[in-house]
Amino acid sequence: MGSNVLHVLKGINFSVEEGELVAIMGSSGSGKSTLLNILGMLDLLDSGTYTLDGVPIVNLNETKAAKYRNKFLGFVFQSFNLINYKSALENVALPLYYQRIPRKEREEVAMQYLKKVGLSEWATHLPSELSGGQKQRVAIARALAAQPKVLLADEPTGALDSTTSYEVMQLIQEINDEGKTILVVTHEPDIANMCKRIVQLKDGVIIEDKKITQIRASDYV
Amino acid sequence: MIFRKDTWIEILGSVSKNKARTTITVIGVLWGIFIYITLSGAAKGLDNGFEKQFERVAMNSMFAWAQQTSVPYDGFKTGRQLQLKLRDVTILKNKIPEIQFIAPRNARGVFGGETPMASRNQKSGTYNVYGDFPVLVKIATKDIYDGGRFLNEEDVQHARKVCVIGERTQKELFNSEEKPIGEFIKIGNSFFQVIGVHKYAQGGGFEDDGDIFIPFTTFKQIYNTSDNVSWMAIAAYDDADVIKVEKKVKKVLKEIHRVAPEDDQAFGSFNLGEIFNKVKGFSKGLTFLSLVVGVATIFAGVIGIGNILLISVKERTRELGVRRALGATPYEIKTQIILESVFLTLVSGVLGIILGALVLAGINALTKDVDDFPYTNPTVPIPYIIGALLIMVVLGTLIGLIPAQRAVSIKPIDALREE
Repeated sequence: MGSNVLHVLKGINFSVEEGELVAIMGSSGSGKSTLLNILGMLDLLDSGTYTLDGVPIVNLNETKAAKYRNKFLGFVFQSFNLINYKSALENVALPLYYQRIPRKEREEVAMQYLKKVGLSEWATHLPSELSGGQKQRVAIARALAAQPKVLLADEPTGALDSTTSYEVMQLIQEINDEGKTILVVTHEPDIANMCKRIVQLKDGVIIEDKKITQIRASDYV
Repeated sequence: MIFRKDTWIEILGSVSKNKARTTITVIGVLWGIFIYITLSGAAKGLDNGFEKQFERVAMNSMFAWAQQTSVPYDGFKTGRQLQLKLRDVTILKNKIPEIQFIAPRNARGVFGGETPMASRNQKSGTYNVYGDFPVLVKIATKDIYDGGRFLNEEDVQHARKVCVIGERTQKELFNSEEKPIGEFIKIGNSFFQVIGVHKYAQGGGFEDDGDIFIPFTTFKQIYNTSDNVSWMAIAAYDDADVIKVEKKVKKVLKEIHRVAPEDDQAFGSFNLGEIFNKVKGFSKGLTFLSLVVGVATIFAGVIGIGNILLISVKERTRELGVRRALGATPYEIKTQIILESVFLTLVSGVLGIILGALVLAGINALTKDVDDFPYTNPTVPIPYIIGALLIMVVLGTLIGLIPAQRAVSIKPIDALREE
């Protein structure tokens, strides 16, 4: 693995304003996940600059990256990535744990976000007791709990059927309406059309970057 | 971080929710410390037991008796039968300052001679009879039941016909409701007044629970032994080397009885200090062995914990990846894994200690009334337990380092991709 150098992204230049809802599209291997991982500081860039909220992200070691991730970024994954032995509430509270927030306060905040995604009644349930859509909503609540600057969603609807997908997208749109900046990686055009801007990637370069008229997910539900 | 309550709640959550893993891990170390506690406790119990068996007798005491010469000397032929005399006692005491007490003794029954018959009313039995001085109790303690006493100087001086009988003698000659003190029993053809009943104690060598002690002088009259002495019990001062005293005693006896200095057959002797040291050495060896085995077993258990944590880290790659995506620093991840290791080690250690203590208590309860089994009060010294716990914490930390390092060596992005 280590000796194979593969340049996935070959010169990307783009910026996202606060409050945008951007879809990053492209076929598999186009570099869309890599782009998201670099933005999420889960992966390192070889060259170039990355500025987040006016802070240049440089000299990133693991500890520093972890702190930035905790402070600035919220992640939503295709496979939810909830911790299976923790209840919904505990999962949502986890980023706050790493912010050293006291337990009581942590649980209050987590409950607030579970309420926001409509799952307060499921707080004590384990992920295995939740449906796919519910799991993803818990994951979104978790991503929001630490009040990040940016929400990064990697194929958030990839493992869901279309009805559930639209429900999740509706939630994402609502969060965006409140001013949160969100980047969604997807290869589904209908999901992309629910964003406000679509960035098309192909072979590691941006081939199209356009603002669109948002389709409200609530129209489908 | 170690002192944050939240850290421990998080660790508790992680270990309590992975029950199978936790149980298996715990059993390894639990077993180790259990073996350690039980073994060293049992060794200590044996040690205590031996000590108890010897506590009746002064540890630096010895016995000496006369035999036959094996070397012709000073005009005497070889094979001369020697006889200890009462005057030897004074000479020995004067010539060997290390001697604290010296008790000349005679006996009927135990070393040959017909075992005397004792009787009372219609009951009778045969018992060993000893002719003794009161100083004997300074060398080999005799516990006398309430209301009675051992022989005293007056008894010897006036050759009184008094006796101290054994528990068994009492049982066999008296009815259970009768008080023996002040009563008379017949030994041989003479009546003796009972002045005390001695409690039988294990470890006195050849003595038993039926022994009858009478004054040395009375013994002399009855059995016509003149100034002869069968053997001598000698106790050296605490700071004296009883083995050296033993040699000196034999040397002086050879001088008195005109025996060749190189004649090793002329006098026999028996040294309790030496025997005691051998037994102590044995139990010391046992303690050491149990320590080594116990520590090795703990070691094996901790390695087991490391092994299982290593597997579990692999299993939890994704979870750890999620934690890192949510903002856990490598330090926090490492600390969590190490603390899980230490926590599991400690919990199982404490459980093992409790279990071991229970088993020791059980064995103690079972052997409490068994007198001839040298096993008393099995305990493990607190420093040993603290030492074991410390070893476990240190080993738990060290072994936890391996899976902890493994956990952070994977990039979070790879950890999240892991299926």
